Amino acid sequence: MNTFCGNKDTRTELFGYTLKNPVIPASGTFGFGYEFADWYDIDILGSISLKGTTLEARYGNPLPRIADCPAGLINAIGLENPGVEKVVSRELVKLDKVYKGKVIANVGGHSFEEYTRTAAGFNRADKVFALELNISCPNVKGGGLAFGTDPKVVEELVAAVKEASVKPVIVKLSPNVTDIAALAKAAERGGADGISLINTLLGMRIDLRTARPIISVKRGGYSGKGVFPVAVNMVYAVSEAVALPVIGMGGVSSARDVVEMMYAGASAVMVGTANLVDPYACKNIIEELPALMEELGIDKLTDIIGRAHNA
Amino acid sequence: MKKETLKITANERLTHDAFAMTFEGCSRVKPGSFVELSLDGFFLARPFGAGDYSDGKLTVFYRVVGEGTEAMTSLKAGKEISALTGLGNGFRTERAKRPLLVGGGLGVAPLYYLAEDFASRGVRPTVVAGFRSARDVILRKEFAAISDIVVTTDDGTEGYCGNAVSYLKNNSVEYDYYYACGPTVMLKYLTEFDVKGEVSLEARMGCGFGACMGCSIMTRSGPKRVCKEGPVFDAAEVIL
Repeated sequence: MNTFCGNKDTRTELFGYTLKNPVIPASGTFGFGYEFADWYDIDILGSISLKGTTLEARYGNPLPRIADCPAGLINAIGLENPGVEKVVSRELVKLDKVYKGKVIANVGGHSFEEYTRTAAGFNRADKVFALELNISCPNVKGGGLAFGTDPKVVEELVAAVKEASVKPVIVKLSPNVTDIAALAKAAERGGADGISLINTLLGMRIDLRTARPIISVKRGGYSGKGVFPVAVNMVYAVSEAVALPVIGMGGVSSARDVVEMMYAGASAVMVGTANLVDPYACKNIIEELPALMEELGIDKLTDIIGRAHNA
Repeated sequence: MKKETLKITANERLTHDAFAMTFEGCSRVKPGSFVELSLDGFFLARPFGAGDYSDGKLTVFYRVVGEGTEAMTSLKAGKEISALTGLGNGFRTERAKRPLLVGGGLGVAPLYYLAEDFASRGVRPTVVAGFRSARDVILRKEFAAISDIVVTTDDGTEGYCGNAVSYLKNNSVEYDYYYACGPTVMLKYLTEFDVKGEVSLEARMGCGFGACMGCSIMTRSGPKRVCKEGPVFDAAEVIL
């Protein structure tokens, strides 16, 4: 248990697994974790959501994949990853040397078959305590987001993955929809164990000199500080709509943001883009938490989950 | 890799669009490595090759190519900025006995620190530095003090008329291994001319330390991150 400041209880729980704090680096912003061990002792993290993994290795999109924005960035990586087999046999082994806790494997795909086979690929990986189903990646043609916008498809896909996997399944939702609560309910009907949100917002930047989109594939996903209020609203809406644990993310950059997300209904909080501008972002947030809890009169972090709904 | 606060000690104009920014308070960095500078008002930090380094003093050479570098031109001595230093792999200096350094435009910047590194060990490198025109030439005098330098310009307004690679093709330059940095097209022709060397690449980056895969390129040995496995790659490995 973390006791940086007095005896504040920062623990939280997901599907029976206890996290020493609610801070989880978000998928795609933390590699396979061990990269950050060169900056600090990553054992302090609540958990880690691994880089999105597909059945086969993928290179992803051509460069440029990144565009700077005033309060965040646009990315269109295109799910570059070494494929599930290498993630289990190589990346998880490397991570195990520097991180003792269990992690969340993020699963991407282009078809029902790819999602279910990739999910099953993690069945015997003890390091993984849950899957995060990425049905909302805006950067993969004919996949990702295409799966995340139709409630019927979401329900069927989640049911198929649940069938194939022995792990609890978190469904990661896209904010690029009219009614995110409807998608959350569809995931719940399909048998999801939890919901994480928000993935990135579709965005574009255009180079003033060339009049061309900066990103090679034109558009990508916008994330960073600027999306935080959008995320809080959606986390609030989804935690009202479903009875599942919700993991909040989107622009979280401080301990104050973590508490706000938990007030909105999050049982745990993912920190994404902040890691890319400050490798110490998660460490700083975790270290700030006890003092902020003291300031706000919070003894036990789990007490505040969804507090804003009673207001 | 370190997160440090650097203090600007100078920010000088070198040409119509090129500048040199010098900092103090920087931990030792390797030739060929780069730094990410966090600028006020911009979300992402900007990557710059280490152009010169000694005793805590770091120099980066930059050209105004967008809003970030434009904003840098108005920064004054005394200003402190947050930086990630010592990023990337750096040049493999042990590979050359008679080094040739091939630079194009601002690509000569990391080669200057490399030339100094060789000079400090009693090796005088040969440098071929290509520019568009005489008004773009930087660091000629500084290179001349520690290396045998040939300047080329595309329009012939200074030195050899043509680019750095055409100079190498048309003249016999003695070297056993080269180090290159410059525009992709220059590196492409150079690696086609000779693969006994290494090239420093640049890319739009997200993080600069291997987390986001924003700068991943396909090489003959699979995908590699410019910021982590690079920015320096074997000439035989890159697909340009």
